[in-house]
Amino acid sequence: MSVLIYAEQEQGVFRKQSLEAASYASAWAKAQGTSAEAVVFGHADSDSLAQYGIRKLHQINENQSERFEAHSHAWAIANIAKKSGVKLVVLGASANAQSLAPLLAVHLDAAYVSGVVAMPEASAPMTFKRAVFTNKGFSQTEVSSEVAIISLSANAYGLHPHPVSCSNEATSLPELNAQAKTTPGLIDKVQGKISIADAEIVVSAGRGLKGPENWGMIEELAQVLGGATACSKPVSDLGWRPHSEHVGQTGKPVASNLYIAVGISGAIQHLAGVSASKTKVVINTDPEAPFFKAADYGIVGDAFEVVPQLIEKIKAFKSQNA
Amino acid sequence: MKILVCISNVPDTTAKINFKDNDTQFDTQGVPFVINPNDEFGLTRAMWFKEQNGATVDVATVGDASVEATLRKALAIGADEAYRIDTPALDGIQVAKELAALVKENGYDLVIAGRESIDYNGGMVPGIMAGILGYSFVHKCIELQIDGQTATAVREIDGGKETLTAQLPLVIGGQKGLVEEKDLKIPNMRGIMMARQKTLQVLPGIQAKSMTRDVHFAKPAARNQTTMISKDNLDELIEKLHTEAKVI
Ligand SMILES: Cc1cc2nc3c(=O)[nH]c(=O)nc-3n(C[C@H](O)[C@H](O)[C@H](O)COP(=O)(O)OP(=O)(O)OC[C@H]3O[C@@H](n4cnc5c(N)ncnc54)[C@H](O)[C@@H]3O)c2cc1C
Ligand SMILES: Nc1ncnc2c1ncn2[C@@H]1O[C@H](COP(=O)(O)O)[C@@H](O)[C@H]1O
Repeated sequence: MSVLIYAEQEQGVFRKQSLEAASYASAWAKAQGTSAEAVVFGHADSDSLAQYGIRKLHQINENQSERFEAHSHAWAIANIAKKSGVKLVVLGASANAQSLAPLLAVHLDAAYVSGVVAMPEASAPMTFKRAVFTNKGFSQTEVSSEVAIISLSANAYGLHPHPVSCSNEATSLPELNAQAKTTPGLIDKVQGKISIADAEIVVSAGRGLKGPENWGMIEELAQVLGGATACSKPVSDLGWRPHSEHVGQTGKPVASNLYIAVGISGAIQHLAGVSASKTKVVINTDPEAPFFKAADYGIVGDAFEVVPQLIEKIKAFKSQNA
Repeated sequence: MKILVCISNVPDTTAKINFKDNDTQFDTQGVPFVINPNDEFGLTRAMWFKEQNGATVDVATVGDASVEATLRKALAIGADEAYRIDTPALDGIQVAKELAALVKENGYDLVIAGRESIDYNGGMVPGIMAGILGYSFVHKCIELQIDGQTATAVREIDGGKETLTAQLPLVIGGQKGLVEEKDLKIPNMRGIMMARQKTLQVLPGIQAKSMTRDVHFAKPAARNQTTMISKDNLDELIEKLHTEAKVI
């Protein structure tokens, strides 16, 4: 009956998404009179999960490696879920969670509901609120299967500490033998930079910046705020910035606490993908730019004038409030 | 090599979204429909396999007759055969089961679907197909090369990318990067004329069942007013971000 989460670590630290999943799962488990458990691959320290209400950690010691492989990981989680009689599996919105979720759904003959933004609205049948039409709407989705798998929109439910004690159970599973397994190779990842998926603050810039040589100030603004950098679609199409920074309806979704848009007009496809962000600041020379209508705070001004000043002022603010 | 590209018929990216019948249905009135953007990248990538390796490229959509215009467009871009599985798309699980049955029947080596449809944002059809069929699976695929039975693919991960190898048969959830925006194929006059002569095959499907139902829709809540701040008063912005929005 318990609720299970897939907990992901990044350099030995659980990702915020996973702690959100833990918060969600433990709140729901409590309401249902059951407990929340977690699956983790490789070595893990259960303390931080215990802070968010996880009572049992299934630690899978993979024989080969701790590298993610969708089929193998889905299969391993399915094994644990079946053994524990799990009715709900809660995942984050990471690239890995999104690749294994549908495979897991097949193993567990479960419905998969993605982009969930709130606690279940009903338990029989389980009903979830999720974002649809790329944030242009919400749906209440009713599940008719016995087991459900959900993935949470980042930053929607949030972190809710609920300290409990957590037991740690090492589980070794026979290796999945399937031709369908992929062989993971080279990872190309900028070290020490926050990814858009994990960032609480995102600084994004558009064609108003004129050229790639002008991104220094965007990088710096992101850095002083401890945020990630992003860009509009034409900027990545022009090759000014990597595709991985493209946000919007056809790029990455952004659901940060703070989204700063510099020199971005605010086309509907851009807005759809970033509108889940809680606070939006828009800096644009054109007072008629559509983005202002979707902003919380707007500054009409030249990015080349405003951004450097903003960097200095935030630095001063940070040193005062440190 | 036999390739199937799965095409989802979605509202144009600029469409305004409204609901009807007491907010229980998406209102399609006046909404132009297009090939799901993620599928456009996959379709063009498939056409390159056709040009370079002589692959055959079929396209399929699960849906009623209203999706045929979108399938015709795919034929005009150069697809060989188009299949419409004649049943309304209910959810990602039902759609994936229908498509997986077609894949089994026709025996494709490569199945290209999109990372997600921009309408219901399920992000599940390719993965569920891979799960049902027991095929290799690469989600958020941004590059794909195939040599014999081995595929080398790059997938997007959070904060970077990962290269992997996989054996065919393979299902991918594709997106921009498979090809660039500027390379997207659009129908030309000759393609449109040829598409007219191609038949669009309507299949009864396997009556797969769905597991979810959208029972009610809502639009996002009205937003707060925008507070305009003078560019000469950035301290006010910082103050507001700190005390009002509490984000710094
Ligand atoms: C199918 C489809 C999907 C799409 N998906 C996406 C998507 O996912 N994400 C996305 O972003 N777009 C997407 N688009 C593109 C979208 O329609 C817009 O073209 C794009 O968002 C515009 O980018 P931009 O705001 O950077 O550029 P522009 O529209 O050119 O705007 C530049 C802005 O910068 C301002 N500016 C100029 N100089 C300065 C200065 N010195 N200081 C401050 N401001 C300045 C201008 O006033 C203007 O508002 C999609 C389009 C289509 C057709
Ligand atoms: N009704 C459908 N017919 C054919 N393919 C579909 C359909 N719905 C979704 N797909 C495919 O599955 C991908 C992901 O869709 P989804 O899982 O619905 O977000 C799409 O990009 C399409 O390639």
